[in-house]
Amino acid sequence: MHNFLFGIYPYIALSVLLIGSVVRYERDPFTWKTSSSQMLRRKQLIIGSILFHVGVLVIFFGHLFGLLTPIWIFDAMGISHGAKQLLAVVAGGIAGVVALVGGGMLMHRRWTDPRIRKTSSFADIAILALLLAQLVLGVGTVFVSIQHLDGYEMTKFMAWAQGIVTFQAGAAAHIADAALIFKLHLFLGLTIFLVFPFTRLVHIISGFFAPLRYLFLRAGYQLVRSRRRRPLEERRRAFDARQARRGPAATTPAE
Amino acid sequence: MSHLLDRLNFFQSKELEQFSDGWGQTTAENRDWEDTYRNRWRHDKIVRSTHGVNCTGSCSWKIYVKSGIVTWETQQTDYPRTRAGLPNHEPRGCARGASYSWYLYSANRVKNPLIRGALMRAWRKMRETMTPVAAWAAIQNDPALRASYVTTRGKGGFVRATWDEATEIVAAANAYTAKTYGPDRVFGFSPIPAMSMVSYAAGSRYLSLLGGTCMSFYDWYCDLPPASPQTWGEQTDVPESADWYNAGFLMLWGSNVPQTRTPDAHFYTEVRYRGTKSAVVSPDYSEAAKFGDIWLNPQAGTDAALAMAMGHVILREYHLDRQAAYFEEYARKYTDMPMLVRLDARDGRLVPGRMLRADDFDDKLGEANNPDWKTVAYDEASGQVVAPNGSIGFRWGEEGKWNLEQRAKGVEANLRLSQILKEHHDEVVGVDFPYFGGVATGAFVKCDHPEVLTRNIPARRVTLAGGEEVLVATVFDLFCANYGLDRGLGGDWVSKDFSDDSPYTPAWAEKITGVAAEKIIAVAREFAGNAEKTRGKSMVILGAGLNHWYHMDMNYRGIINMLVMCGCIGQEGGGWSHYVGQEKLRPQTGWQPLAFALDWSRPPRHMNSTSCWYAHTDQWRYETLRAGEILSPTAPEGDWDISLIDYNIRAERMGWLPSAPQLKTNPLEVSKAAKAAGKDIPAYVAEQLKSGALQMSCEDPDAPENWPRNLFVWRSNLLGSSGKGHEYFLKHLLGTDHGVMGKDLGEEGGVMPKEAIWHDQAPKGKLDLLVTIDFRMSTTCVYSDIVLPTASWYEKDDLNTSDMHPFIHPLQAAVDPAYESKSDWEIFKSIARKFSEVAPEVLGVETDIVQLPLLHDTPGELAQAHVKDWKKGECDLIPGKTAPNYIAVERDYPNLYKKFTSVGPLLEKLGNGGKGITWDTSAEVGHLRDLNGVVQDDGVSKGHAKLETAIDAAEMILMLAPETNGEVAVKAWQELEKPTGRHHAHLAEGAHHTKIRFRDIAAQPRKIISSPTWSGIESEDVCYNAGYTNVHELIPWRTLTGRQQLYQDHLWMRAFGEGFVSYRPPVDLKTITAAVNTDAAEGSPHVVLNFITPHQKWGIHSTYTDNLLMLTLNRGGPVVWMSEVDAQKAGLVDNDWVEAYNINGALTARVVVSQRIKQGTLFMYHAQEKIVNTPGSEKTGLRGGIHNSVTRTTLKPTHMIGGYAQLSYGFNYYGTVGSNRDEFVIVRKMKKIDWLDTPASGPATGKVEAAE
Repeated sequence: MHNFLFGIYPYIALSVLLIGSVVRYERDPFTWKTSSSQMLRRKQLIIGSILFHVGVLVIFFGHLFGLLTPIWIFDAMGISHGAKQLLAVVAGGIAGVVALVGGGMLMHRRWTDPRIRKTSSFADIAILALLLAQLVLGVGTVFVSIQHLDGYEMTKFMAWAQGIVTFQAGAAAHIADAALIFKLHLFLGLTIFLVFPFTRLVHIISGFFAPLRYLFLRAGYQLVRSRRRRPLEERRRAFDARQARRGPAATTPAE
Repeated sequence: MSHLLDRLNFFQSKELEQFSDGWGQTTAENRDWEDTYRNRWRHDKIVRSTHGVNCTGSCSWKIYVKSGIVTWETQQTDYPRTRAGLPNHEPRGCARGASYSWYLYSANRVKNPLIRGALMRAWRKMRETMTPVAAWAAIQNDPALRASYVTTRGKGGFVRATWDEATEIVAAANAYTAKTYGPDRVFGFSPIPAMSMVSYAAGSRYLSLLGGTCMSFYDWYCDLPPASPQTWGEQTDVPESADWYNAGFLMLWGSNVPQTRTPDAHFYTEVRYRGTKSAVVSPDYSEAAKFGDIWLNPQAGTDAALAMAMGHVILREYHLDRQAAYFEEYARKYTDMPMLVRLDARDGRLVPGRMLRADDFDDKLGEANNPDWKTVAYDEASGQVVAPNGSIGFRWGEEGKWNLEQRAKGVEANLRLSQILKEHHDEVVGVDFPYFGGVATGAFVKCDHPEVLTRNIPARRVTLAGGEEVLVATVFDLFCANYGLDRGLGGDWVSKDFSDDSPYTPAWAEKITGVAAEKIIAVAREFAGNAEKTRGKSMVILGAGLNHWYHMDMNYRGIINMLVMCGCIGQEGGGWSHYVGQEKLRPQTGWQPLAFALDWSRPPRHMNSTSCWYAHTDQWRYETLRAGEILSPTAPEGDWDISLIDYNIRAERMGWLPSAPQLKTNPLEVSKAAKAAGKDIPAYVAEQLKSGALQMSCEDPDAPENWPRNLFVWRSNLLGSSGKGHEYFLKHLLGTDHGVMGKDLGEEGGVMPKEAIWHDQAPKGKLDLLVTIDFRMSTTCVYSDIVLPTASWYEKDDLNTSDMHPFIHPLQAAVDPAYESKSDWEIFKSIARKFSEVAPEVLGVETDIVQLPLLHDTPGELAQAHVKDWKKGECDLIPGKTAPNYIAVERDYPNLYKKFTSVGPLLEKLGNGGKGITWDTSAEVGHLRDLNGVVQDDGVSKGHAKLETAIDAAEMILMLAPETNGEVAVKAWQELEKPTGRHHAHLAEGAHHTKIRFRDIAAQPRKIISSPTWSGIESEDVCYNAGYTNVHELIPWRTLTGRQQLYQDHLWMRAFGEGFVSYRPPVDLKTITAAVNTDAAEGSPHVVLNFITPHQKWGIHSTYTDNLLMLTLNRGGPVVWMSEVDAQKAGLVDNDWVEAYNINGALTARVVVSQRIKQGTLFMYHAQEKIVNTPGSEKTGLRGGIHNSVTRTTLKPTHMIGGYAQLSYGFNYYGTVGSNRDEFVIVRKMKKIDWLDTPASGPATGKVEAAE
């Protein structure tokens, strides 16, 4: 069971995430959106949303780099495991609380405001509930972590995560003896990956890519889409070449 | 191919080229996403249709259909072009019309036949053992059973029914009613046919074959301006909107063109670019006000004072101090101004009396035919009194002299306008004029001038037949005196100076209206100055804002006088443009035989709704206005101070107004009795009425025999929109919960009517059956017993015309009627079929007796030169002369369906026509046989042209009408040539071979053909303008003098002081009593305001007010508007919930507090449905109410006059009108907003219903 949940389930979740997102993008591109409810009511949204997103972004990048950076890099940089864990606990703890407060506000708003409640789908409410539960579990792990500050426990999760993404069999064994709350946290995280393509979470992808594209790939300030497939100059040259082959045009009576 | 792969294009340049130094770039990204938007607007077909009730716009629309569903609509842009130099009509349409398609698939749509649950239960139980009519009789004869559904009206409880069952109940009820009480107890109400004339005709054809009563609408809505028939003998005729573009000076007076004439407003904008000056008269800063070069904002209800002052200025500067040649010539040729009026002695003083007639002279001036109907004037050349051509006496009984040529007895006659010159008058005498400005209700300004003003008049002594010597004056001289103009004759109450405080000067008007005198003078001068230079191109657009007051005639006649003084009537770019609800039914004479089954039997039963509802909703029992309050101080001796219902009864008795029901005894039985007695029907009825054995129903409206029993409402929202005195309708007609807070005259101890029989216990629930046919669940549907789902305006075939443009165009079925709905034509056809099946149980071929009033445009309009009441013994009862006519009509009830679906034989036998002319139309009936096919089945209809479908019916209209069949137009003009003796057919000869058919107008709207039915022409030289043929073809107006009648000499007119126009303040309806105003008693904040109901921006009457798209654009429910000052007084801020109430009832709404509104007024835009966002009233405990919850109809005796030239009855032409603007309400903030949305308690609506 443990092997399934932490050895196979991660691949199922990641596959669904990847394939599901591609399929959704292909089939229903217009559903790829944040489904913001700002038009319906701004109340609580601005503060709640900023707190939530700032907190979640910090946590997201904390997890991304914390888990996937090979352990030897930390060692090479002379950062002790204990120090790294302390950083994770303090930064993650604060960000988690910030996100939890923001998320709570958003949940309250979504649940109690009749207009927003009416226009919310099941998925809209469920994903928010899942994220809140995950935040509670995540903040909950802090209390376990601070009981052993040597960082050893943390390296096990790093090994597991890196094992999964590098397709090593038996990655699940790294965390066989981890505390239950960590396992729940991991399982729920994987589940969030699993449901990702079916919810508004897809905006995470476009949320990263759209601004980046504008910042780095855009050449001009004004973009104009054209029906032309080739540049105008090139088409003109091709046209001229064709005309030349046909020989000079007969003079028109007007000439 | 793939959205994702298309994005993964790192290796190929997306960039085509750069521009603007690289700041911009062209890319070659995938553009497939654009197809989504292309598909959004992709459709399968476009069908031409329009909006079929309420709106005068008559805009042709494209209806888009996609996968069998109507998806949206856009404006058509293919109207025929106008002539060079004139802007085109299109695009026509507005936001309301553009939102119509929402209705088709909305939750408000009536999807199946619905029947009130309790009625359905009773019906099914009875039908188990009984035949249909017996079953209906059993329900009606069981008071508990009848009450079980009558008292639950408006409280929900509908169940689904099949068409078969629903039509069977309706047919059985109709048959039972005809058998038991008489067919005239079956009423039908549907408004203004012009917008969907076949749908109207469906119901009225059924009713007319049955002998039922078709109720009028134009007068009931108070959109009929009685001043128009009074002045011109014309219901209403107006310039088309394109003619605004020809105006040189354009006034908007109480009309809000951009808001309520949206599709036409562009002509107003365009003519301003052409340089035309515009003055806007509106108490509030309306949307129109911003178009004006000058804005005049009189106190609402004082428009007549403003018009009188302007008339004062025009007369002074253009007729007296200097005579503008064009104005004087116009007055002489086209108005009654030269005509002579007797000055009658009254208590030793003189008052204007009757117009002098040829009959008054010894030799009758040589006029043998109708001398009592030929008015006279002095001829300048001979110095003799002559009877000039054109007066109404020439119209009937002789040929060739009913025209406006300046001739008398074949000799040229130049009529004398004024007797002001010394040699033209014998003496200067003081003549009394009434003045009403001294008494006014509420905060309206009162003046301290006496109620009788004596002014000096140049008069001439004339010797009449029998040697009697009388003083006479011209209308012009009296007219000038009436306006208070000093002509150097001395005496009081005339002035030379505009700043005198004397009635009708600009300074006087400033006091009353609040408009500065210099503005009044400036506008009057510019108005007249432009008319003089352009020969009459000054125009006034006016509307509901003026016409909905009790004394609307004064507002209107004040303005009409200005136009006549300046020669604007009948001139292109000039004239009187009354645009309220008149909706020109252009092919009227083709439509009438279809609509009133004139092809099978004549005459139909018509009723004026105002008098009818006044009596049958028992509003008369609460009347607070006494005739004495509005009587002139100069009234002749007489029994004048009686109740308004008494006047109405007298009018019906003398044949002036129609009646419904007509006789207390079932007419089917009366005819049998007449036959048994071996007597002629008119003679028998006359004898029985005189003896008292027969009684007219009008004398006892509360007797059960006289109740309206069945009522059809179709194309209408009678209870949610036009039902003035809404709560009285609920209380007495329907018998359900109501909000009436006042007490009736019996309980109050008021003065009782003399003629009407008083029942101490007022009836509640007069109607046995209310059937409403609608596509949406309107307020009326909610109160009905049976609701039948009709096709929407995009689901049926029909015809549509307007007075705003000259085109005729169709409604068409873009898709089949959705759900179980059917078109109105098919619904009434199915009821007719069922009726023919059910009726033989009790009815066979019967003889009905139809009571017909003295009609306008028939010789009957010459019936009563003097007022005489047979019941008082003043004359004998002669049907058709001193009383209504009584005409036997055969009703073949078992064959009603066959008659309904075929064109009957009377058209070939009697011809067709209208407005006093008749032509042979057998050729057209023959064409209809070819076009529609011939009925092959045996029976009464065999060999006649078919009328199976709505398109067949439309073809009948188009074939018979001169407006759509050039051959008929030529025939019609030729007929008119007989009385006038002039050549008119040239107006239509060019169109001789034009025949417009349904498929033609489906392809493109078509311009109609000139027809003598109307007073303007369709031409490439001029726009359609009312009165054009009177002025340019010299066809007389259909009035006493044949000219524009500015002096009304009927006895009742003189009695009520309306011989000449004057300013009459709003009347006191006494609806704010100490008993009802609990806020005053408690000292809680409130404000008392004049209640005004203008036309709105978010709906056309009640249509669209429940449309989500329109609700979204406003506040999403009922609102009232008030000024900031008034809001402060009542402690209100914008968007508060308020309650407005008086003794008539209460309404709830949100308040819009706006600087736009003038202080003292509460606006509630007309007809906001109480089915949307309307909370319960704290006062009545019932759901809010509509705008008409605080109004009550009040009749005006002068509107009842009949049998007297232009003052004769015509359906929607003359008669009482339902005014409602003199009303006041108390407005206060609501403390508790109760939505009344908890389930009703009690056994009636408990689990029993749910279990079924």
